[in-house]
Amino acid sequence: MGFGLRAIQASRSSSRVLSSPNPSYFRSISSTPDLQNPESAAAASSPEPPPRNPLAGARVHFRSPEDAIEVSVDGFPIKIPKGFTVLQACEVAGVDIPRFCYHSRLSIAGNCRMCLVEVEKSPKPVASCAMPALPGMKIKTNTPIAKKAREGVMEFLLMNHPLDCPICDQGGECDLQDQSMAFGSDRGRFTEMKRSVVDKNLGPLVKTVMTRCIQCTRCVRFATEVAGVQDLGMLGRGSGEEIGTYVEKLMTSELSGNVIDICPVGALTSKPFAFKARNWELKGTETIDVSDAVGSNIRIDSRGPEVMRILPRLNEDINEEWISDKTRFFYDGLKRQRLNDPMIRGPDGRFKAVSWRDALAVVAEVAHQVNPEEMVGIAGQLSDAESMMALKDFLNKMGSNNVWCEGNGMHPQADLRPSFILNTNIAGLEKADAFLLVGTQPRVEAPMVNARIRKTVLATHAKVAYIGPPTDHNYEHEHLGIGPQTLLEIAEGRHPFCSTLLAAKNPAIIIGAGIWERKDKDGIFSAVETIAKLGKVVRPDWNGLNVLLLNAAQAAALDLGLVPESANSIESAKFLYLMGADDVNLEKLPGDAFVVYQGHHGDRSIYRANVIFPASAFSEKEGTYENTEGCAQQTMPAVPTVGDARDDWKIIRSLSEVAGVRLPYDTLGAVRARIRAVAPNLLHTDEREPATVSHAIKPEFYQKISMTVFGTAVENFYMTDSISRASKIMAQCSATLSKKK
Amino acid sequence: MFASAGRLAGKRLFEIRQIFAQSHPQLEARSSAFRSFSTALNYHIDSPDNNPHVTFDFTDANKERAKEILSHYPSNYKQSAVIPLLDLAQQQHGGWIPVSAMDAVAKIIEVAPIRVYEVATFYSMFNRTKVGKYHLLVCGTTPCMIRGSREIEATLLKHLGVKRNEVTKDGMFSVGEMECMGCCVNAPMITVADYSKGSEGYTYNYYEDVTPKRVIEIVEMLRKGEAPPVGTQNPLRKKSGPAGGNTTLLGEPKPPPCRDLDAC
Repeated sequence: MGFGLRAIQASRSSSRVLSSPNPSYFRSISSTPDLQNPESAAAASSPEPPPRNPLAGARVHFRSPEDAIEVSVDGFPIKIPKGFTVLQACEVAGVDIPRFCYHSRLSIAGNCRMCLVEVEKSPKPVASCAMPALPGMKIKTNTPIAKKAREGVMEFLLMNHPLDCPICDQGGECDLQDQSMAFGSDRGRFTEMKRSVVDKNLGPLVKTVMTRCIQCTRCVRFATEVAGVQDLGMLGRGSGEEIGTYVEKLMTSELSGNVIDICPVGALTSKPFAFKARNWELKGTETIDVSDAVGSNIRIDSRGPEVMRILPRLNEDINEEWISDKTRFFYDGLKRQRLNDPMIRGPDGRFKAVSWRDALAVVAEVAHQVNPEEMVGIAGQLSDAESMMALKDFLNKMGSNNVWCEGNGMHPQADLRPSFILNTNIAGLEKADAFLLVGTQPRVEAPMVNARIRKTVLATHAKVAYIGPPTDHNYEHEHLGIGPQTLLEIAEGRHPFCSTLLAAKNPAIIIGAGIWERKDKDGIFSAVETIAKLGKVVRPDWNGLNVLLLNAAQAAALDLGLVPESANSIESAKFLYLMGADDVNLEKLPGDAFVVYQGHHGDRSIYRANVIFPASAFSEKEGTYENTEGCAQQTMPAVPTVGDARDDWKIIRSLSEVAGVRLPYDTLGAVRARIRAVAPNLLHTDEREPATVSHAIKPEFYQKISMTVFGTAVENFYMTDSISRASKIMAQCSATLSKKK
Repeated sequence: MFASAGRLAGKRLFEIRQIFAQSHPQLEARSSAFRSFSTALNYHIDSPDNNPHVTFDFTDANKERAKEILSHYPSNYKQSAVIPLLDLAQQQHGGWIPVSAMDAVAKIIEVAPIRVYEVATFYSMFNRTKVGKYHLLVCGTTPCMIRGSREIEATLLKHLGVKRNEVTKDGMFSVGEMECMGCCVNAPMITVADYSKGSEGYTYNYYEDVTPKRVIEIVEMLRKGEAPPVGTQNPLRKKSGPAGGNTTLLGEPKPPPCRDLDAC
């Protein structure tokens, strides 16, 4: 103990004597209860190590007080729940144990031996990741034995690892690099030749340099446990051991990109990102993914005006730490097929770039020539809440109320919030013990929700039943039927699945939003609600009736009330305003209709457009998106917009001014103030608003159900929106990976 | 200073190797691979007789045996039968397991094929490339090596005119290496895995105390279809007893002295 510390302690004890009425004033923080009363604290004058904070991510949750056990880490006592491993105990104590094979979301392998620590009375160092902590265990992480053990393990790991860090894409974010700097020796004793391993072809997304592999088996466990594709394995033995698929096989998982993140070395790296940039050159922007309705938390890494890669961010309630391949790799679509300038289609049928002033004037003029009821606005699947608000306000001011968001169908149930969101919440699905999937294939519609279902099925053997066209779920399930017939049988209680539903404690029904496109959707929903009543799916303590949305804009559009006034408005439209809507069927649109396309990609609808307004993509703007569980999140601009493009809401705001119906907001804050009046929950970011009204108050529908079988909402997982359709990587994926089905 | 010492040590090591290579040119030439691995490639390359589309099916008799093997394990742990079933497939298929046989085993035990590939690549006793009807395995572990297993292997390879893990032109023989088979007291030894009669007549015999001369005799006897006597090939020895008969423990062994009960 230094002199200064001694002086502080001395002054502490003396001041306690002086200010006895308030003894707790100078008390130091400590976790043991006997040290908390001042007498023993005064008695314990022996030097104690300073308490440390738990490492990021280490959470301690005691189910009951008797579950707690006390261990000491480096002489510092901590309380942990029973069943924690030594490594977790060290994390709670704020000691970082080096590790390669251990990953908190995967099973424990214990084969890298990097996490060796010394435990008192144990003859050898123990692998802390696989050793359960026992009461009274004295763990030492910084003794000569532990340090020597780590150094020895590191020497063996580096024995066969090539010294190609300068040309390795993992360089700078490599666990092996970092840990060999921190725990390794400065020299090795290995004089032989290094082993070399043949590279494997895992498809267009994952690049392999298998010679760099240190056989931690994280990727094998990820593929087997989380992704649910048992393709990877550990082949051979001893020094000839290697990771591979044995037979030539691509990794056909929608989560395969995550092996890039969990690989602690540069053996599995991103193929599209290979040799593009170094990670320290990149600027990270924490934002939200819009490729599906899950709203995965992502970090966009950009260099200058270019998006270089997309990585997941930890969010336990939404995507844990995984993201789907589409989220991770569709970014190259942001650089291709972009709309740079406002354009007007000339008499020769070709687009001509014009100034914003001219383009807005032309549109405003046409808008005033048509009848208000002939004006139609459609928001696209990537629209943010702010721009949808502006679109609706603009059309309302023009006298029309025919505005909706694609994917929501012509009669969306927008009035009752619980009837269009995932009421159970994504994390809440883990508590369910029986699933009924109605017309939804979560594996392609929302891979992160599917990963949750799979996690639940693996952990608790929850039963999954599925009604819809044959598809491959990556978990055990029962295929009940392909159409509404089966649904009616369950609703009438004469299907064998009813007994499973009744026996379940927390049943969850998930309806695909693809059903909204059907004419008989109200009938189907009332059938599902009958099933929900039958199986007590909606209770005060559990709401298991869920709708799984398909795209990022849907929930916010319904919250903002983007509901068309007339179902046949497209057939009679004279003025169609498409705000990034590329998946609407324009076949019935009259030939003389004037189409404005506002968006960031030259995609399907551009062929019909008369005027183009270039807009910014999700990576270039600040916008609010509501995910399928009703949680509002905001994107942040990572890169500047291309060309002369503007934010969607700003374009509509300027158009309104030119058209003489000026919208009353000039800033994003003012748009949000307007949103607060319509749907305040959209401003409560990262919060889930529980459903306040129950399904019971909904009027009963007795619509005839047609017996047409359920369709697939997502035909090609890799190409669902304008960005992924413009992406070269996604095109490669759909060519190589989805043709096998 | 350390660097120069290291360089010196490396140089010295190289010199020792050179000397070793000069004195045993034949050995050095044979173990040309710097680090020799006992097994073949750890990945599969399609060939006309070994690809996932070749049909493999257990014979009716072996289907019964497979059923019997599965009955040893609880019904929810069918995957425990992977090793016996792979062994059965290997015996049926002339001593080696094509990838379609692994797929067939995976189907029976209801696991993903990769889990079977992992097991088949792990154990060197599973051959994933063609072997001869008589697969000769030379023990290469220390006691056998000291007693001359390298000469044994060299003789076999020279006599049959093949390299290690290669099959003779007539498909009769192949020579492989196996690690300690527990016969160190009768070193050197070879094992003959006989796949010529399918899984019914499959034998796996040890020939111990072999000499270069004797292994050629054994090979020639096998070629003629005769069955050489198994066990030690030294006529002076009986099983693992000493040559020329026992030298100790000749009389009736004395019983251990009784405990002096009165002393307690």
